[in-house]
Amino acid sequence: MMKRTLLSTLVSGALALTATAAHAQVSDGVIKIGVMNDMSGLYADISGMGSVIAAKLAVEDFGAEKKGMKVEIVSADHQNKPDIGSSIARKWFDTDKVDAIFDVPTSSVALAVNDVAREKGKAHINSGAATSDLTGKNCSPNTIHFTYDTWMLANGTGSAIVKTGGDTWFFLTSDYAFGHALERDTEAVVLKSGGKVLGKVRHPLNSQDFSSFLLQAQASKAKIIGLANAGGDTQNAIKQASEFGIGKGGQNLAGLLVFLPDVHSLGLAKAQGLIFTETFYWDMNDQTRAWTKRFAAQSGGKYPSMVQAGVYGSVIHYLKAIEAAKTDDGTKVVAKMKELPTDDVLFGKGSIRADGRALHPAYLVEVKKPSESKGPYDYYKIRATIPADQAFRPMDQGGCPMVAKK
Amino acid sequence: MEIFGIPTQALFGQLLIGLINGSFYALLSLGLAVIFGLLNIINFTHGAQYMMGAFVAYLLLNKLEIGYWWSLALAPVVVGITGVIIERLMLSKLYKLDHLYGLLLTFGLGLIIQGLFRNEFGSSGQPYPIPEQLQGGQNLGFMFLPNYRAWVIGVSLVVCLGTWYVMERTKLGSYLRAATENPSLVQAFGVNVPRMITLTYGFGVGLAALGGVMAAPIYQVSPQMGADLIIVVFAVVVIGGMGSILGSILTGFGLGLVEGLTKVFYPEASNTVIFVIMAIVLLIKPAGLFGTQK
Repeated sequence: MMKRTLLSTLVSGALALTATAAHAQVSDGVIKIGVMNDMSGLYADISGMGSVIAAKLAVEDFGAEKKGMKVEIVSADHQNKPDIGSSIARKWFDTDKVDAIFDVPTSSVALAVNDVAREKGKAHINSGAATSDLTGKNCSPNTIHFTYDTWMLANGTGSAIVKTGGDTWFFLTSDYAFGHALERDTEAVVLKSGGKVLGKVRHPLNSQDFSSFLLQAQASKAKIIGLANAGGDTQNAIKQASEFGIGKGGQNLAGLLVFLPDVHSLGLAKAQGLIFTETFYWDMNDQTRAWTKRFAAQSGGKYPSMVQAGVYGSVIHYLKAIEAAKTDDGTKVVAKMKELPTDDVLFGKGSIRADGRALHPAYLVEVKKPSESKGPYDYYKIRATIPADQAFRPMDQGGCPMVAKK
Repeated sequence: MEIFGIPTQALFGQLLIGLINGSFYALLSLGLAVIFGLLNIINFTHGAQYMMGAFVAYLLLNKLEIGYWWSLALAPVVVGITGVIIERLMLSKLYKLDHLYGLLLTFGLGLIIQGLFRNEFGSSGQPYPIPEQLQGGQNLGFMFLPNYRAWVIGVSLVVCLGTWYVMERTKLGSYLRAATENPSLVQAFGVNVPRMITLTYGFGVGLAALGGVMAAPIYQVSPQMGADLIIVVFAVVVIGGMGSILGSILTGFGLGLVEGLTKVFYPEASNTVIFVIMAIVLLIKPAGLFGTQK
């Protein structure tokens, strides 16, 4: 197809050329990190080059060079296609000596890379994908799911909305693994909280026009139209919903997965009042603000999404685990990552569960009115903090075969 | 405004929506048909030029505070001029060669343009407001029709029919058509054929840009907006018959309707249905519904 061309773009930086004493157990003396994501499509602003920048900052902050570790970063565009994603993964693992793949947004691609990493015994540290199946029925000893997942989004956003009276729902769902998972997890929360689902419609990924689907949602008379989609799809749906007078007709939109760049792109006038869940916001404390400043200096002024922040946090933790385990063997490092507590400036202290789920607090945010925003990217009000132990799905409900055995 | 529920009325709404989308298809496929009909070039840059139209409107608004109405006129001209430059510098060298060369060149150009915009503006799109005069909407009983969408149908119909009229019913149109049949003979009558061809390409590109300006308030203005649409539009042109102006207009609106219906009955297939129709049409009538075998 015309868009997303892209041969695997190898960007990158030999960040520690001068390292002398490479760790004895590190394969071929170099820790090679592959950042794989959408570089050119609808998720490129959420992940894309920003995730590569985040990974570089992590290597820098970890002080790899000083510790004598040689770290190299490569990146590639999976074009949101599982077949492309898994063939890049195979090439990286088999011939390019990549030790771990990071980011991998787009759930269908993440599930494909998940299988490849497991087969090759390498590490897959996911930040960008949403499907909770990565730590549920598809969990793997080689995978960590770092930033967020569909269960967390559903739980945070869904229950908050039902509690404030939004008890009848209609879903606009992106028709692939991610949308299905998000819809399933949200529906469960809505039903559990005493709400009802009146209908759903599944649209192809990357739809331009939502008017037909919005009319169906309007006809359902549900109080809440849940957008189980992401990126450009969510933006177009929100924009067109206001065109069709959906807010004025007494129906409200619930963006189930909305990222900071989406809000930036929609503008506050269109996005105001949206409620959703995130695990990172740049304006939380001095540390996050300072880090964001460094990030923005390299990204042309763009502020980080939680996915990009998650790449930073997960790379730091990955390097820490290598240092502690004294090996870059994928399976062993992932096991070590689960042992060690996580701690970085963006997500704070946390931990990683046996099923691969990283735990940290989640935040229920509301988009500010244009009049409330004081500066660039001053977009969110934090309505509630969901503590780490409640933000994610309890391990015994995920159906992860790895932990069920124990 | 809640008179939904009755299936036939809901269906009405969906058909109208289909017609609106169809008007974009018609507008874009019209430009492609004009270019192919007269230049024999399959203009794969069309999607990028549609996107450029939207971006020119966005830039005019944000950098120079020139609003929607002026953009409707200015963006097609600006983008049309870039088209003229492309035609003069590159396309004009390819007319004697196989279609494939033009296709490859325009395809590559499209990718380059799209990449440049993505580099500059990112992938998530820029907001563009609906002009004040066209905000709000009408309650038609069976649906809420935003004023802007009604405007899109109107403009598209006028532009499409106007272009068809010029091509098929005026002297200028007859020159153009004659020039494709036998350029040297037309030149012998004192018509500057190369210039006419250049301007035709500029016009076709301008139509794409006009589509882009029309789309800006509805969709996010993003670098890949054209790429998402262009594949469908090519299918429309192929179904209508390459180079057939009336064919591309009718097929554009018609397929919009079919797609609209698919979104009601089987939404998962809504981005595939057009290609299924294309495959069937190509099997039964390889020149397309309105095409003539050359």
